[in-house]
Amino acid sequence: MMEMKRIIVILTLISIFVLSFGFGASAELFRVAFIMPSAINDFAWSQSMYEALLTIQKEMGKENFEFVYSENMFVVADAAAAIRDYASEGYDLVIAHGSQYGASLSDIAPDFLDTSFAWGSTANVFTDLGITNIFAYEPLSEQGGYVNGALAAKLSKNNIYGVIGPIETGDAKRYTEGFKAGIKSVKPDAKINVTWIGSYSDVALASEAAQAHIDAGADVLTGTSQMTIGAIGVAKQRGVLWFGYDVDQSALAPQNVVASVDVIWAITLKPMIEMIRKGERGGKIFTLNLANGGLKIVVNDEALVGKTIEDIVKGNIEVKVEE
Amino acid sequence: MKYRNVREISMSLIPIAAFLLALFIGTIMIAFLGANPLVAYQALLKGAFGSTNAIADTVVKATPLLFVGLGICIAFRAGVLNIGGEGQLVVGALSATIICLNFVELPGWMLIILALFVGFFCGAIWAGIAGYLKAYFKVNEILSTIMLNYIAAYGMNYLLRGPIMDPLQIELGSFIPQTTRLTHVVDLPRLIPTRLHFGTIVAVVFAILVYIFLWRTTIGFRIRMIGQNIQASRASGINVQKYMVLAFILSGALVGLGGAIEVLGVHHRLFTDGSVSGFTGSAGFNGIVAALFGQLHPIGTIPASLLLGALLTGANKMQRVVQIPSALIGALNGLIVLFVVGSEYLRRSQTRRMERTEDTKYNSKNKNKKESQ
Amino acid sequence: MEAIIIGIAKSAIRLATPYLYASIGETIGQLSGVLNLGVDGVMLMGAFSAFYTVLKTGNLWLGLLVAIVVGAIFGLLIAFINVTLKAEQGISGIGVYIFGLGLSSLLFSTMVGTVQTVSGFSPLSIPWLSNIPIVGEIFFHQNILVYGAFALIPLAWFILNKTPLGLSIRAVGQNPEAADSLGVSIVRIRYFTVVLGGMLSGIAGASLSIALLNVFQQNLTNGMGFIAVALVYFGAWRPATVLTGALLFSTVNAIQIWVQVHGINIPSDFTLMMPYIVTIVVLAAMAKRRIHPPAALNKPFERGE
Repeated sequence: MMEMKRIIVILTLISIFVLSFGFGASAELFRVAFIMPSAINDFAWSQSMYEALLTIQKEMGKENFEFVYSENMFVVADAAAAIRDYASEGYDLVIAHGSQYGASLSDIAPDFLDTSFAWGSTANVFTDLGITNIFAYEPLSEQGGYVNGALAAKLSKNNIYGVIGPIETGDAKRYTEGFKAGIKSVKPDAKINVTWIGSYSDVALASEAAQAHIDAGADVLTGTSQMTIGAIGVAKQRGVLWFGYDVDQSALAPQNVVASVDVIWAITLKPMIEMIRKGERGGKIFTLNLANGGLKIVVNDEALVGKTIEDIVKGNIEVKVEE
Repeated sequence: MKYRNVREISMSLIPIAAFLLALFIGTIMIAFLGANPLVAYQALLKGAFGSTNAIADTVVKATPLLFVGLGICIAFRAGVLNIGGEGQLVVGALSATIICLNFVELPGWMLIILALFVGFFCGAIWAGIAGYLKAYFKVNEILSTIMLNYIAAYGMNYLLRGPIMDPLQIELGSFIPQTTRLTHVVDLPRLIPTRLHFGTIVAVVFAILVYIFLWRTTIGFRIRMIGQNIQASRASGINVQKYMVLAFILSGALVGLGGAIEVLGVHHRLFTDGSVSGFTGSAGFNGIVAALFGQLHPIGTIPASLLLGALLTGANKMQRVVQIPSALIGALNGLIVLFVVGSEYLRRSQTRRMERTEDTKYNSKNKNKKESQ
Repeated sequence: MEAIIIGIAKSAIRLATPYLYASIGETIGQLSGVLNLGVDGVMLMGAFSAFYTVLKTGNLWLGLLVAIVVGAIFGLLIAFINVTLKAEQGISGIGVYIFGLGLSSLLFSTMVGTVQTVSGFSPLSIPWLSNIPIVGEIFFHQNILVYGAFALIPLAWFILNKTPLGLSIRAVGQNPEAADSLGVSIVRIRYFTVVLGGMLSGIAGASLSIALLNVFQQNLTNGMGFIAVALVYFGAWRPATVLTGALLFSTVNAIQIWVQVHGINIPSDFTLMMPYIVTIVVLAAMAKRRIHPPAALNKPFERGE
């Protein structure tokens, strides 16, 4: 008898849950599922997208915009299962926020023609495979790197720079190439040292790489991915400048983080949502660049102003008034 | 006799009770995070077994665990701990991928067999290094396999961002560290129209082969003997070093084959996120758990990997439905391992105590007989 | 040249610090017969609890203390499973690792939320000694937890080799039956060593989160605990050799960073491999040395009846 009662209770609870899911949705509600390879608080790639979704939710209102997420989906097969599952639950947009998810997406998308998928960072929407419901997005990180590099060159005294990257591929490689080009545009004779940590998460090694860069004379550092928090700590401790990427990193070292390239994912998500509402399911590649505001250089006044004043005081910068 | 059967059944329930106890602690954690534990576990079950697709996903997840588990069975039986499964999976996958990329003109079936064989072979070599170093250079296998895991990861990164990178990635300028999709002729056949592939059958066949090998052949017997008593084995003239290396080689071969099958059956390409686990999903570690849950018996490892596969698949579904941080899933999995492995002893000691009582009964009976005679 | 050597040596010493705490803890545990593969999980818990305490109170010593307590609690858990329940140690360690990784990430997500920094132990120059050229610069401008790690080596050697307690620990790991018959409590010794190992792993984690990196992130240790276990085998259960191994591994790592920084044209993947390859090769080259592994390692004690 007890068993029977328990089963009834369970069944009731489940049906309430299912019903609330099935019929609770209003016609206006736009539902997004977001799958990412690292954690929502990685202070880099995933966190920036998570914050973009929060921003959109704030603007559109919780009653009109709802999103769910699966974090730490670094195992591609798990991510694929999540993508398929969310699609089958009728989400309007499923964001596969990792370049490694592409192959799974091209398998899954044709089975769910009513769902839109977004994949980044890439410039491939699989139109060659006849797929129509995948959007792609790609930040031109080299542009952000270039601006950071040009700024870095203006601020560096030693003309030696250090880059701390994860693996020499993808976004990190492009950002680094841009950073180098930016420096060279100002100071062609610059010395730019690059280290690759071989991992996105080895904070301790990133920290030692920063130490080695500073020992080698670098007074401006930059880098990408979540492990750079180790390097920012060293920049703070040893008083060198840092240029950030993905999110505004100035909170970690207000005196040292001069500028961060903030990726404004909302710039692509908003038109994407509009298109989906109009019935277009995919096929478009969005780029995030400086021109469309997808990349924003967040200058941290505290560090930049502080550094400028310090340079004037120390006589590194001579302010001349021309007549 | 009846009493004994009841006891025996109750004993086999001990690990299950431990499993449930771990889930109960999970309930508290889930509730603490503001989610409904009932809904959560309902989702877990549904995610693991709720549909044909879910079951297929569970089995697909269990397949590499079974390969690693079988490798672990052999190594453990020889008294060595192979925690290099992660690296061996990667090496198997990498070598199979390179074969598939380079011999595209071969007929599909031949290429599949060649790729799987090369994966098997390279996994054997990778583990063989650890075995050889242990047997002849006294390099502890835990140290060497941990180090070899890292070396495999960096080697994979090197190849994927250079020599075997998808040319399209260079052309597009996106530099994603992955190979091109392997030719469709090397896709392992699907069993039903889901992700379930032929590799699962290969795994089960190998489970039976490993059983036969360990319990029905002389070499297998010697390997087990070394694990049970190394001094006695040496005294009885077994070349301990040789068999230790052999155990490692066979162990790595099975894991390498598992890696190759992951590529041909599931991913159809190789990619990296910098670490090995992006590709393996930590199967190299979870497979050890599967082997131990399966009592280090190849056949027992089959249901054990299935259980773990179901747990991992279902837990992801649970995260999606109740939207709890994914870290909770990790903590819960850890708890389950601890509880089950902890309870294992209770079960064993109960069984032993029972046998001992029977023995003493038997002995005292005999003694009584003798005395009366 | 001098600056290069100083830079690499300082870097190596910092990198070696967490390994030293964790490896010495593991060494003591293994000498008594208990293998714990879960060091990394305990380190993560220590790192998080120290970080969180410092974030909330600003008190570094309290942070360290909390890390030690949390490490001890995990040590108790490990001892209970391995000693009392006599579990298979290889697998229970993996459970501890997965649990510690998950729990520390979960607590970080719910209690802290996003990446933040704390101001940790700052470098402390030792008067007089720090003025010695080169050596002073390398060794005596570090933070207190670095000094602690190096002080631990002679301390561990002394306890293990020169005290009755050390003798009991070795006896329990080498020949538990004999130790038992002499009245040494196997269970008590093993609980003691494993809890001590847990505490040291906790400090190892704290040395990252409140002394060297001053930050916490999910999976902050990134597998360091496994390297720490490996170093125990390199050290063949001798504190001084564990130190050699930790310094070897860390120095090669520091050199490979230096090689990258100075633009020497080797693919980074190969330089990154070096610490791992060198450790194996050096160990293989020492094959002739005599090793006495604790005979009862990974074997739960059963009193014969």
